[in-house]
Amino acid sequence: MSYTIEGNTGPWELVIGLEVHAQVISHSKLFSGAATAFGAEPNSQVSFIDAGFPGMLPVINRECVAQAVRTGLGLNAEINLWSRFDRKNYFYADLPQGYQISQYAHPIVGKGEIEIELADGAKKIVGITRLHLEQDAGKSLHDQHPTKSFIDLNRSGVALMEIVSEPDMRSPEEAGAYLTKLRQILRYLGTCDGNMDEGSMRADVNVSVRKAGEGYRTRCEVKNVNSVKFVMQAVEAEARRQIEVWESGGTVEQETRLFDTQRGTTRSMRSKEDAHDYRYFPEPDLPPLVLEPDWVEQLKASLPELPDVRRARYVAMGLTPYDAHVLTLEKETAAFFETVAKGRDAKQAANWVTGDFFAALNRLKRDITDPPVTAENLGGLLDLIADGTVSGKLAKEIFEIMIETGKAPGVIVEERGLKQVTDTGAIEAAVADVLAKNADKVAEYKSGKDKLFGFFVGQTMKAMQGKGNPALVNEVVKKLLG
Amino acid sequence: MSLDAATVRRIASLARIRLEEDEVGRMQAELNGILGWIEQLQAVDTEGVEPMAGGAPEGQPAMRMREDAVTDGGQADAVLANAPDRMGAYFGVPKVVE
Repeated sequence: MSYTIEGNTGPWELVIGLEVHAQVISHSKLFSGAATAFGAEPNSQVSFIDAGFPGMLPVINRECVAQAVRTGLGLNAEINLWSRFDRKNYFYADLPQGYQISQYAHPIVGKGEIEIELADGAKKIVGITRLHLEQDAGKSLHDQHPTKSFIDLNRSGVALMEIVSEPDMRSPEEAGAYLTKLRQILRYLGTCDGNMDEGSMRADVNVSVRKAGEGYRTRCEVKNVNSVKFVMQAVEAEARRQIEVWESGGTVEQETRLFDTQRGTTRSMRSKEDAHDYRYFPEPDLPPLVLEPDWVEQLKASLPELPDVRRARYVAMGLTPYDAHVLTLEKETAAFFETVAKGRDAKQAANWVTGDFFAALNRLKRDITDPPVTAENLGGLLDLIADGTVSGKLAKEIFEIMIETGKAPGVIVEERGLKQVTDTGAIEAAVADVLAKNADKVAEYKSGKDKLFGFFVGQTMKAMQGKGNPALVNEVVKKLLG
Repeated sequence: MSLDAATVRRIASLARIRLEEDEVGRMQAELNGILGWIEQLQAVDTEGVEPMAGGAPEGQPAMRMREDAVTDGGQADAVLANAPDRMGAYFGVPKVVE
């Protein structure tokens, strides 16, 4: 059942495409040696190139090019060995050059694709039109002064990848799933940190509506939407606005709009009226960008494992598809799981990570990058269960003590004398004691009340403070009653 | 091809060049003169010749790349030295809010 919005004239389909700006992870900027770190003192990470001073010449950063190629490979896209930079001309206070060095006619990466998965399990391929490298602009602060804006150029010249999708999405959910998946791939590749709060990833959302069976109608572009949730809301709000325009006899004009996150509506950005007249021309300060095929092959060979492949591998290791999905959402979670599972029972490791460990993260409001128990210690706990030192029940208690104390499980077992008792003699003594104290129940059991078996086991475990090996206790109770 | 006065005004506006009304005619004539020279160049037969931009024709080694190291910055005062309206460590500009 495809997604539609019901208007007065019947159902409307949505057509959605995304342009995502992803900040490239690199130490220095695309064309200058200034640093890229977030949160530095204003204008402290600015070279004369980034400030648009006359006579300065750009020199490209090899790592930024490598990151674009890695991303292209991760999106199953064509890598263009010959590409070129162009000037995109416009005036804005945070753009000191008066133009952005971008790639218009010849991007570094061509057509690719992403597979998204929806809540009902359905899968869909979303086409990637292109990926190109360009400079970021500076940052404007509007709340520092009543009549002035303040400009910080630290971000000016930082490398961006603009990743353009085909208009293949048909619902807010698909747009959200696409952005989520793209972010996941970039983070696995290590080419963008995907931090939408800090603006490392921003989406421009193209939306149009149509009646079933029609071609495309005019689209509008909603600029700078900075979370998955807002992308989904912006798509729906903009679609509803356009439906109202069409149904009231009007015509949707192609324009750039802003999403108001407070009101949940979009509004026109009048200042961008001339914005589409960028007068691109080839960047005269830069020769063409030519990549060696061998270098691209090296980058391909050194790509990390991507989420889909990793997920399939986890399922092959015996995990449920759901656990495999949850554990691969963030690469940090996957790395944690792999450390726990290394050389151990993968299914059991997954149960502990998605069970007690995730519960602890939620309860303590902690993040996988700041875990209350290290992966090494959790793995150590699994070893203690595997070699019979502690029972599964006791392990849960030890896990809580690990959270409180931060100590290794072996240390806790030693200090608190929690080692499981596997000495048959000690267990027999404990069972004999329980049977002696409950002679009446023993008689009932012998006259056929089988259910009392569990009672004797429970009493023995209690007497042994939970440290008796459950299998052995069962065995001994059976033997002494028999 | 020739430019009309409205196009000349629009080009000036996009380039943020102030053009007084009495300058439009002269500018229009100059630009049309330049376009005339371009038209002459277009008489040359370029069939099968790749357009060249920025120096290196296709297939030749081209752009030099630098290593990813921080070698610049840490000079806010120098960067702000020419600012017409410096506000602390920032450039001050007329308020531009969407």
